[in-house]
Amino acid sequence: MKGQRLMPYSEQLDIRITDSSLRDGSHAKGHQFDEQMVRSVVAGLDSAGVPVVEVTHGDGLGGSSFNYGFSREDERTLIAAAVDEAKQAKIAALMLPGLGTKDDVTAAADLGVSVIRIATHCTEADISIQHFGLARDLNLETVGFLMMAHSQAPDVLAAQARIMVDAGCQCVYVVDSAGAMILDQVADRVGAVLGEVGNDAQVGFHGHENLALGVANSIYAIRAGATQIDACTRRFGAGAGNTPTEALAAVCDKLGIRTGIDVLRMFDVAEEIVRPVMDGECALDRLALIMGYAGVYSSFLRHAYRAAERYGVSGADILLECGERRLVGGQEDEIIDIAVGLANASR
Amino acid sequence: MTKTSAAIVGSGNIGTDLMFKLLRSDVIDLRYMIGIDPASEGLAVARQHGIEAIAEGVDWLFTNPDRPDLVFEATSAYAHVRNAPRYREAGIRAIDLTPAARGPYVIPVVNLTEHLDEMNVNMVTCGGQATIPIVHAVSRTVPVPYAEIVATVASRSAGPGTRSNIDEFTRTTASAVEVLGGAVRGKAIIILNPAEPPLIMRDTIFCQIPDDADQDAIEASVDDVVRGVQVYVPGYRLRQRPQFDPATPGRPARVAIFIEVEGAGDYLPPYSGNLDIMTAAATRVGEGIARHITPVTT
Repeated sequence: MKGQRLMPYSEQLDIRITDSSLRDGSHAKGHQFDEQMVRSVVAGLDSAGVPVVEVTHGDGLGGSSFNYGFSREDERTLIAAAVDEAKQAKIAALMLPGLGTKDDVTAAADLGVSVIRIATHCTEADISIQHFGLARDLNLETVGFLMMAHSQAPDVLAAQARIMVDAGCQCVYVVDSAGAMILDQVADRVGAVLGEVGNDAQVGFHGHENLALGVANSIYAIRAGATQIDACTRRFGAGAGNTPTEALAAVCDKLGIRTGIDVLRMFDVAEEIVRPVMDGECALDRLALIMGYAGVYSSFLRHAYRAAERYGVSGADILLECGERRLVGGQEDEIIDIAVGLANASR
Repeated sequence: MTKTSAAIVGSGNIGTDLMFKLLRSDVIDLRYMIGIDPASEGLAVARQHGIEAIAEGVDWLFTNPDRPDLVFEATSAYAHVRNAPRYREAGIRAIDLTPAARGPYVIPVVNLTEHLDEMNVNMVTCGGQATIPIVHAVSRTVPVPYAEIVATVASRSAGPGTRSNIDEFTRTTASAVEVLGGAVRGKAIIILNPAEPPLIMRDTIFCQIPDDADQDAIEASVDDVVRGVQVYVPGYRLRQRPQFDPATPGRPARVAIFIEVEGAGDYLPPYSGNLDIMTAAATRVGEGIARHITPVTT
């Protein structure tokens, strides 16, 4: 590994951590957050000094649906509660063009969201142009997500990042949606994106635990110049979960990387506030490992479990076929198609 | 008999594919292909096929004394919003392949004959043409309080128009799922997948249905509509039998229907079923209007 951190996030922080427990964790929770859960988690993270907290349906604004799962409570109610609860933390929301619309971005801004994160598959950045333009007009801070970044070479990601930045994106994330990236692969991609857009925007990294590398990959990203990092408290996220916020904060502290997070307070929040909201720990089990190994979008996990049960087929076979078909984020409907096909074939 | 004269405005992929379909028509006489780029491949192809190729843009249409009866708009929603009133003033009927939605939505298998007298009809979106027939098939059998469609197209089949205004797709499709599909509330999702070789257009349609819905009747209605679409898009087919799921806490009873649309490969490759179903449907609507305004005389 070469190089050290190039530029800090700000005078006070070397990196800025965004906690996505209330967005990516929505997948693990089956989109069943209620207002009280959101209030307690936001208050806890806020008290530990987490600078940004993301609150949205797991698939972003407008994600409540047959395809992705219906929200128990309207995400706008949850976002408003989060904004109300946060004292120092900024509230972020995610949206995926093709699912969410400009109206959702405007509504989020009206609710007091200050950071909008716009996500596309990592070869399709040009579908986000109109949304970045609107977000900047609304004075929102903008983040762009290049999802499934393991599937493309560094130079491809860099070119896509350029499209987002030219459209008004202020920080482009290399997003390891499948938890499939390994150490130098993270550094190479972050480095390439930084090389392309570094004069105009920041670079971030979003990791998953499907190959147990969330914290390590994040450190590689930071050393390659990333200044925004995503994490989820207690790994509360899709697949085997995300980079654990409390561990990342502790590791950064040991390495002298300033995050602004009170590490011991964060341990308490993870144990006493976030864990009780979770249905169970996010486990590095066989299906999660297959996702990392075969490069499958992490939020497919729960859907694969359900389809396997419904049709009496192997969840592992479903996920391997997802990888074979090179599915991208959002294609949860294909999981049913695959399961029906497997069931028919075994008859 | 006299054929109805027509022009295509927009010499891109859609316009060119449409040209091949109109050239086969017994009732439409395609006269003009209108573009804005003299070097466009679409204009060159038109010329090769004996169509007058105009590179001066749509303005030419209004100065030319020999105006067509029909115009097929294959530009962009933005352009059609500007052009629509001019066609109307000039007495030219417009079949709009953009999501501008100035006129009523038409999907051949659902309502081909309802708007034959309109001066402007809209072809919804590619995803709408592929999925709304299925919503219609379910909603004519049982009440559908909510329907949701997921359209997945190959990245290479999504042109700059779709990409630069993807919200138009979701908004127009969702609206037509309600108006034409017959769902009380509609939602539309579009996904672009860059896999190579490109995947054939795939669509999934979820309809909320009553707990005691007659599943056999729904399946029969869906099969009937699929045959109806196959008349103009032979590569339109169910990928699986409809999948029925009972209500669970937080999720109402539903039927999920999976289709794929393989294109005819006229100008665009067969995986571009999303574009083929649009041009095939527009041809069908154009022919319906042509028969209506120029009745066959013997």
